[in-house]
Amino acid sequence: MPDEATTIGEEDVLRAPLTLEYPFRRTTGPVIGAFFTGLREGRFIGIEDEQGRVLCPPVEYDPLTGGPLTKLVAVGSEGEVVNWTWNTNVREGQPFDRPFAWAMVKLDGADTPILHAVDVPKEAIVNGLRVRARFADERIGSLADLECFEPVG
Amino acid sequence: MSEPAPIDLPAGLWSQPALDTSAIDGLDAVEPVQSLRAPATLYYDYTPGVATTLFLRAIAEKKLTGEVCPESGKVYIPPRGVSPTSGLVTTELVELAHVGTMVGFCIVNLDFTGNAQEIPYVSALILLDGADVPVYGLVREIPYDEVRVGMRLEPVWVEDSELTTSFENIKWWKPTGEPDASTSDIADHV
Repeated sequence: MPDEATTIGEEDVLRAPLTLEYPFRRTTGPVIGAFFTGLREGRFIGIEDEQGRVLCPPVEYDPLTGGPLTKLVAVGSEGEVVNWTWNTNVREGQPFDRPFAWAMVKLDGADTPILHAVDVPKEAIVNGLRVRARFADERIGSLADLECFEPVG
Repeated sequence: MSEPAPIDLPAGLWSQPALDTSAIDGLDAVEPVQSLRAPATLYYDYTPGVATTLFLRAIAEKKLTGEVCPESGKVYIPPRGVSPTSGLVTTELVELAHVGTMVGFCIVNLDFTGNAQEIPYVSALILLDGADVPVYGLVREIPYDEVRVGMRLEPVWVEDSELTTSFENIKWWKPTGEPDASTSDIADHV
């Protein structure tokens, strides 16, 4: 049995960084896979819902009826800011290492917006701003293939 | 990095209608994206609290310590400041032997560690003499197919110059060569 005993008293506690990492790889399925295949090729793919509206990014099932969606359609690389927010607390892995705008961008030919960063000064971000996609030079089939949006002109 | 092979799903379990790509040029001609990396990282600033701090400071001096439940007298390692069974604050810290008994093990054949550990390896629960709950540890210096419950083990420590406030001070556990513990000795722990 134990041969030494100590009374616990006030004590400074230790502190250390602890990093948990999960190296997930997720399957995309055919619809989301088509979207990322498009991004890798430097273009946008949407899908038609049962009302004929174009959803981009595409989803597998109709948001209203739940029915499966199958009709892929091409969507433009330019669009319009329909909503935005200014990100001041930038985190590792985000598109910029300085404060920047997140925006909902409705691409030409799409009826729903896509969320991404916009490379624009804070005073220039506004609803209705025309923007175009800036794709990364090296693309692998990931959302990072879309570097950001930037103002047209 | 190569893409994993597509998984064949049992017929009728799940299906999705074929996609109509007639409105899109060129997508059929390229390799489709089927999966993507989505790593998740969580950054913590971890503090082990008073009780476990004492444990870690002790292990930096190559001492293994536990706490005594004031109600049952059971000894818990690593210490947490309260007894997990009675909920009472623990007030007595005791030093435990550097020898124990294997009360459970797993021969690991999957590479969880990203090649940090050669497989197969043995992960074990080790009940230190004087303790009432086991600690986790690697078991080495014995072929994995000779590992057995009841085996007596002792820690292999890092060099004294490398001791820190970490349980990683124990590199792994190795057989002591003593006779195995009897099943009655460890009956409450397997």
